[in-house]
Amino acid sequence: MQTPRERAARSKTSDAVWLKNGLVISLLWGFSHICAANVLDLREGVTDMSHRVQNLHHISLGVCIGIGIIVFGAMIYSVFAHRRSRNPTPARFHENTLVEVTWTVIASLILVIMAVPATTALMDIEDNSDADLTVLITASQWKWHYQYVDADIGFYSNFATPRGQIENTEPKGENYLLEVDKPLVLPTNKKVRFLTTSNDVIHSWWVPDFAVKQDAIPGFINEAWTRVNEPGLYRGQCTELCGKDHAFMPVVVEVRPEEEFDAWLEDQRLAIALTSETAVADRNKQWTIAELQPMGEEVYVSHCATCHQPDGMGQGSKYPALAGGAITTGSIEEHMDRVMNGKAFTEMQAWAPQLSDLEIAAVMTYERNAWGNDTGDIIQPMTIYQAR
Amino acid sequence: MSAHAEDAIPRQRHPLISFAARWLLTTNHKEIGTLYLCLSFTLFFIAGALAMGVRAELFAPGLQLVSPNFYNQLVTLHGLVMVFGAVMPAFVGLANWMIPMMIGAPDMALPRLNNFSFWILPFAFTLLLSSLFMEGGAPNFGWTFYAPLSTTYGPPSTDYFILGVHMMGVSSVLGAINIIVTIFNLRAPGMTLMKMPLFVWTWLITAFMLIMVMPVLAGVVTMMLTDRHFGTSFFQAAGGGDPVMFQHIFWFFGHPEVYIMILPGFGIASQIIPTFARKKLFGYKSMVIATSSIAFLSFIVWGHHMFTTGMPLVAQLFFMYATMLIAVPTGVKVFNWVSTMWRGSLTFETPMLFALGFVIMFTIGGFSGLMLALVPADFQYHDTFFVVAHFHYVLYPGAIFSTMAAVYYWLPKWTGHMYDERLGKIHFWTASIAVNLTFFPMHFSGLAGMPRRIVDYPVQFTDFNMVSSIGAGLLGLTQVLFLYIVVKTIRGGEPATDRVWEGAEGLEWTVPSPAPHHTFQTPPDLHGDLVTETSVRAE
Amino acid sequence: MIRSRKLKHTALLVLLAVGMFGFAFALVPLYTVFCELTGLNGRTAGQESYAGPVVAASDRQITIQFLAHVGNGMPWEFRPTEHRLQVRPGEMHTTMFYARNRATRTVAGQAVPSVTPGQAALHLHKIECFCFTQQELDAGEEMEMPVAFYVDEDLPKEIRTFSLSYTLFPVDSTPGTKVADN
Repeated sequence: MQTPRERAARSKTSDAVWLKNGLVISLLWGFSHICAANVLDLREGVTDMSHRVQNLHHISLGVCIGIGIIVFGAMIYSVFAHRRSRNPTPARFHENTLVEVTWTVIASLILVIMAVPATTALMDIEDNSDADLTVLITASQWKWHYQYVDADIGFYSNFATPRGQIENTEPKGENYLLEVDKPLVLPTNKKVRFLTTSNDVIHSWWVPDFAVKQDAIPGFINEAWTRVNEPGLYRGQCTELCGKDHAFMPVVVEVRPEEEFDAWLEDQRLAIALTSETAVADRNKQWTIAELQPMGEEVYVSHCATCHQPDGMGQGSKYPALAGGAITTGSIEEHMDRVMNGKAFTEMQAWAPQLSDLEIAAVMTYERNAWGNDTGDIIQPMTIYQAR
Repeated sequence: MSAHAEDAIPRQRHPLISFAARWLLTTNHKEIGTLYLCLSFTLFFIAGALAMGVRAELFAPGLQLVSPNFYNQLVTLHGLVMVFGAVMPAFVGLANWMIPMMIGAPDMALPRLNNFSFWILPFAFTLLLSSLFMEGGAPNFGWTFYAPLSTTYGPPSTDYFILGVHMMGVSSVLGAINIIVTIFNLRAPGMTLMKMPLFVWTWLITAFMLIMVMPVLAGVVTMMLTDRHFGTSFFQAAGGGDPVMFQHIFWFFGHPEVYIMILPGFGIASQIIPTFARKKLFGYKSMVIATSSIAFLSFIVWGHHMFTTGMPLVAQLFFMYATMLIAVPTGVKVFNWVSTMWRGSLTFETPMLFALGFVIMFTIGGFSGLMLALVPADFQYHDTFFVVAHFHYVLYPGAIFSTMAAVYYWLPKWTGHMYDERLGKIHFWTASIAVNLTFFPMHFSGLAGMPRRIVDYPVQFTDFNMVSSIGAGLLGLTQVLFLYIVVKTIRGGEPATDRVWEGAEGLEWTVPSPAPHHTFQTPPDLHGDLVTETSVRAE
Repeated sequence: MIRSRKLKHTALLVLLAVGMFGFAFALVPLYTVFCELTGLNGRTAGQESYAGPVVAASDRQITIQFLAHVGNGMPWEFRPTEHRLQVRPGEMHTTMFYARNRATRTVAGQAVPSVTPGQAALHLHKIECFCFTQQELDAGEEMEMPVAFYVDEDLPKEIRTFSLSYTLFPVDSTPGTKVADN
């Protein structure tokens, strides 16, 4: 039984053997390596696999540049040497079976050279067994949810770049569009298996530095794995068009040394206990409309306004207006059902798992009293708790 | 062309009515070809304008000009209109004009059907583009319209999009049937299949591909429609369907479709390069074999668009190897073109420049295609700007440059006037610079990690995007120059000779310039004077 | 003569086009068959019978992870009662999924299974599963729903862990019968 690391090392040597086979190719490979200063190259990444993928990129790029130099070289030579002013009488040949067969065979051989390292790398990528940790990644429009399958810890990772930066009213930060409120945390040197799925449309989870990209498909699960060598913050984005805020769905992963990761897991458990304590206090309190309204507005702006608009006017029939809306001014029970459970096969998602009792109570109270809805209804967190 | 108005409609009527009747009711292959080319040109500018919107928004990070939802509509319509409205009708237009003249036929085999398949298109595109003004906006799910984003999550206008796709499909299939029947039945005596000009060959293969895949596209949009309105669950996991199946069926159409958009371009290059090299095409037989193998392989590689959807290892390996295999026949074609030039007697008029630009830049697109075939690397490239760079390199210098080469090449035959060579050269050089300025930096932004189809991007991609946007603006302007050149040539210019190009060979050059309304009423007899081997040269 | 040949060719090509349109629909069952043969999409088969315990040839242990998802608009709490189970090929096991209807009305749901890696789906045999039929819960009602299954010995050796996931979708609002009740 080999470890993936050994296998990676072995296939690296076989790559090297291939490269030595052709002096031209390795020269070109070196050339492309030098020319391709960081900005022009595929990211090297921080996993053995991402290094292998980068290496594969260099091999294929080198082959392409090599063939390109030969073919374009011949063309350019011909353009200068065989122009009419220099070569007024054209040659008359128009076929040569030997030449045609030769270049077909050579082209096929070059392909084999590229296929070998690609196949070995792919076989290792698809080996998802014996993971130390499994993380379930659930996509929804337009955020990621991470669940540590064996630890009962899960949380949403919401987009966190301020609206002002996007609308050009504030200067953009260094990690513009690549910031979330809570990154996925992983340990170093552990094989982590990712399971991906989606709640609505197809999304794709990508961290370039891990060379992991896997589609999240509603109703189906997919898997991928990584083993990160260096601690750090790694950023990526959703890579499958998933609707209007596709650009605003970053992936951020924080990789910590193993011991720190264990401590972090412990902290999360404590935090859950702590939250449930505050939740008990919150729901046992009677809240006034003056307390709930501003809180509700805050929740509304960060979670609802992107579709239903800050003024509650919505956007067409797809994102209905909440100002004077049938549900926001109708029965409280139906309103609660819609907010907590969402609406099937639409962008309206279930908020019960995402927001606390108090937050749902506040946002519902806000929606029922803002923009001239003036129903005067106050929703207490206790009501929400009982509906869970 | 106005010179033939009289013989098309002999009776005396109000000039406007007779003008409309002439173009609405025409069954003449040259006039229908002209209609196709005009429609394609119009839609090329519309789709180009949409692309300008995309590039303008991407000039700098942050939201400046359009909302995210509208941006997605721009991206979707740009793709759909370019593919189905600009590239495909342009090739059909060229086929209409040239195939009968190249094989010595008096017209297309089914002239009334020809009229019908053209006149569906303006309605289809009016329908599609009018969705921009509908409640909920135009389709916003990308030209690949993956389910469920396009089914249960699609805007109301999706139904118009579905109807539009059906209409385009019917038009393409009828057009393709017409081309095949023409080639099989109306070739001049002595014009055997293996003596046909390469443009006719590539179109014959393309037409078969169209008939085989456009109905599959029609099938998949029909399934979308029933999923949206009639309670089926083809692509909905909830009802036992599978969204990934959409992608399988779509790409079963989609991959042959991308070859449909390039094979006629191969044919055009194979006509033009020998003309200006004054030397016969190298490896005619291997060209035919290579084109057929590309067409065949295109039906078994669709999975390479879907490597990240979670396929079993065996399937990934199969699609990877099959895709890499396509590099061989494609490579053979490029080698053949270079060998055709080798020791020829080259001149570089505008059609030749565009054909050479086509060969070089299409090859660059082919290289990145080969890189994309390698699955582990594809995991990094997939759905990034690297892919955007790849398919724009095969489509812009591939499909569009080859069409432009064809227009410059045959425009004197169509209009009887030479185009302005100086302006043509300016057009070529500015367009080539602009194409590379626009699309080359996209390789780098993709490698650095920029996903495609995003309305806004992280700041580290700014430089590449600015260069791309500037290039795109320039590229748009160069096409206005192209329009000017074409209009100017139609209106007048130095009279063209019948052969037009000193090295030109083939039946189309034996008729007068401009080509009269009716040609080859009695088929030329080619026995003993084999077209592809003829050594007659106007010297 | 030419005319009748033209018509014949046209008819054949139209037939080809119509045939290809039909082929698009034939791809749907073909895809299902293909998936059942290769495990392409990780769908499990329907109800199967259990022939009794097979003596396991080895001490091979397979880990199965259980996962549960709730689709939008489904007011249920839904989760596995155990995260993972160690099984040996041939042994029958039963695991429970917990469901509770949070709504104040009766709601029906349909669970859709998915297995990754997909090939494992070919070797997972279910004798009983709540996913075979629609499940209905009254307001506030809860229940434990069983899945009885065994894994056959032909499961490829390199698969030592696989995941079985269920996504629960509401039944009354299939996409085709959308109600305009926003």
